[in-house]
Amino acid sequence: MFSTASTTPEKLLQMLSALLLFAAVLGVVLFFASRVRGKRSDNLVGYLYLLPVVLLLAVGLVYPGLRTIYESFFDAQGNAFIGVDNYKTILTDGDQLTVLGNTIVWVLIVPVVATAVGLIYAILVDKSRFESFAKALIFLPMAISMVAAGVIWKFMYEYRVDQPNVKQIGLINQILVWFGGKPVQLLITDTGKLNTLLLIVVFIWIQAGFAMTILSAAIKAIPDEIVEAARLDGVSPWSMFVKITLPSVRTTIVVVLTTLAIGTLKVFDVVRTMTGGNFKTSVIANEFYSQLIRADNQGLAAALAVVLFILVIPIIVYNIRQVRQEA
Amino acid sequence: MTVTPLTTTPEVTPVQLSAAAVAKKRLSSPWASLAAIVIAVLWTLPTFGLLLSSFRPELDIKRTGWWTFFTDPQVTLDNYRAVFDSDSVNLGTYFVNSLMICIPSVLIPLSLAALAAYAFAWINFRGKNILFVAVFALQIVPLQVTLIPLLTIFAKVGIAGTFWPLWLAHSTFALPLAIYLLHNFIKEIPAGLIEAARVDGAGHVSIFFRVMLPLLTPALAAFGIFQFLWVWNDLLVALVFAGGGDTVAPITLQLANLTGTRGTAWHLLASGTFVSIIVPVTVFLLLQRYFVRGLLAGSVKG
Repeated sequence: MFSTASTTPEKLLQMLSALLLFAAVLGVVLFFASRVRGKRSDNLVGYLYLLPVVLLLAVGLVYPGLRTIYESFFDAQGNAFIGVDNYKTILTDGDQLTVLGNTIVWVLIVPVVATAVGLIYAILVDKSRFESFAKALIFLPMAISMVAAGVIWKFMYEYRVDQPNVKQIGLINQILVWFGGKPVQLLITDTGKLNTLLLIVVFIWIQAGFAMTILSAAIKAIPDEIVEAARLDGVSPWSMFVKITLPSVRTTIVVVLTTLAIGTLKVFDVVRTMTGGNFKTSVIANEFYSQLIRADNQGLAAALAVVLFILVIPIIVYNIRQVRQEA
Repeated sequence: MTVTPLTTTPEVTPVQLSAAAVAKKRLSSPWASLAAIVIAVLWTLPTFGLLLSSFRPELDIKRTGWWTFFTDPQVTLDNYRAVFDSDSVNLGTYFVNSLMICIPSVLIPLSLAALAAYAFAWINFRGKNILFVAVFALQIVPLQVTLIPLLTIFAKVGIAGTFWPLWLAHSTFALPLAIYLLHNFIKEIPAGLIEAARVDGAGHVSIFFRVMLPLLTPALAAFGIFQFLWVWNDLLVALVFAGGGDTVAPITLQLANLTGTRGTAWHLLASGTFVSIIVPVTVFLLLQRYFVRGLLAGSVKG
């Protein structure tokens, strides 16, 4: 049951027995909960219901989290205590500074552009005949995996050598050629952070649908009386947007921006699929994985995870506050 | 599509034009439509190009752009046959693995979270508030922070390389958000219902099953679908815990491997990509409403 299953029937059997085991555990919890009577019964039932959850969270989240913080002060193998050296590396080493710089570029660009596109599109298609279809088109990238999105865009950016008998198969390079330019090795060129910016485009393509969906719901929630009153006053479309739409969805915009910022800080799949973090495109979450698995530097990986944690905290706290204010 | 996010007030019946509609009307409609069409095309074209390519012969994909299809249409299913070939890409096995990973990774956290959410909302026990805040606060932990020690733990227990690390990791990571969302939903249920059941002599077990569970179904569906897609589309947890072989690795992992080792095998990548997204896209199209709701509510996860 806990060994490796290699054929499909074996896998199925293992999955079913795991589910049965889980059901049995739940059964035991519920059995004892139903037996409890008397004054203190509420206390006991409460603890019983929470027992599996608390166990899982303690072993799978709290302990590992604390352990990682501890390990971030140790060397690559996790043997020798080296103080804050890993953090020094992150803040001084050339490659690591590129990683940090890239992450900042990502976090500055993605939320703003994705939110802007989402807002504009939500307004443009609002109440139009094809609204739901139009929205589904933008939203679909959000439903597929980031690996798939990475492959889709890698194909867009594909480069073929610039020779008379060789044709471009990537759309972007073909467009460059159609306009008389030369094809560019898009994902390898880091001049002006070109390749990082092209990866950012992919993430915006994925996230714009999220921004659009939430902002669209917020726009539809603006009371009609306000809109009608403004219309009777003969307000111009631009001031309608600036004075009514924008202020009404302001908190939602903040929530969308912060949510996207959190997602962007943790971006991993896109970078890993498209460049593997090579050619100066790595970001913190990707560097974490590279250090852990490829470079076998457990201490530095742990420190990177902690840095990610520290960067996420203020944004999440702000996000939760906004959500609560709005609710 | 009706979108009913958890964060906003119910929609008002749209009798009059909304602010945005008015703004759009006055912004001379043709330009607005043009802008919308441009965005829609930009967002659709990349996927369309790869989808079209997945049906073109291997040599055509490598030698000419997919737009040549319109002047020289050649269609084949060979690329799809090739990714299911068990001697090379073997995508079928990975597809099965993805399902095996997903089903318990959805059912386990969902049922545990439902029990916990009920306890937090309707049972009075000592230390409830502190515990709830603690669970709530755990949402901020990025999963990267937990991966290294979990690797060690799973190796020590002797379940490394099986499905268990994936089931346990995904289930655990899902709990804080699931509990928070279900709790928000459960506490909206009128107290009278529970009190009436208690007066009738029902205990917490029968109240949970007879009163709560039926009412909870929409919330469970929303979170279940969200969690299913999250696990199906995951790469990081799979990379860290599933290893390289085809015994437990999910479909996203094999697709990612294809990009690394055969960067030019576009015929395999094209068809492989669409095999991998068929499940999420189907779920999205069929259960859009639930999916969007889960996504809106679950946006802070990870």
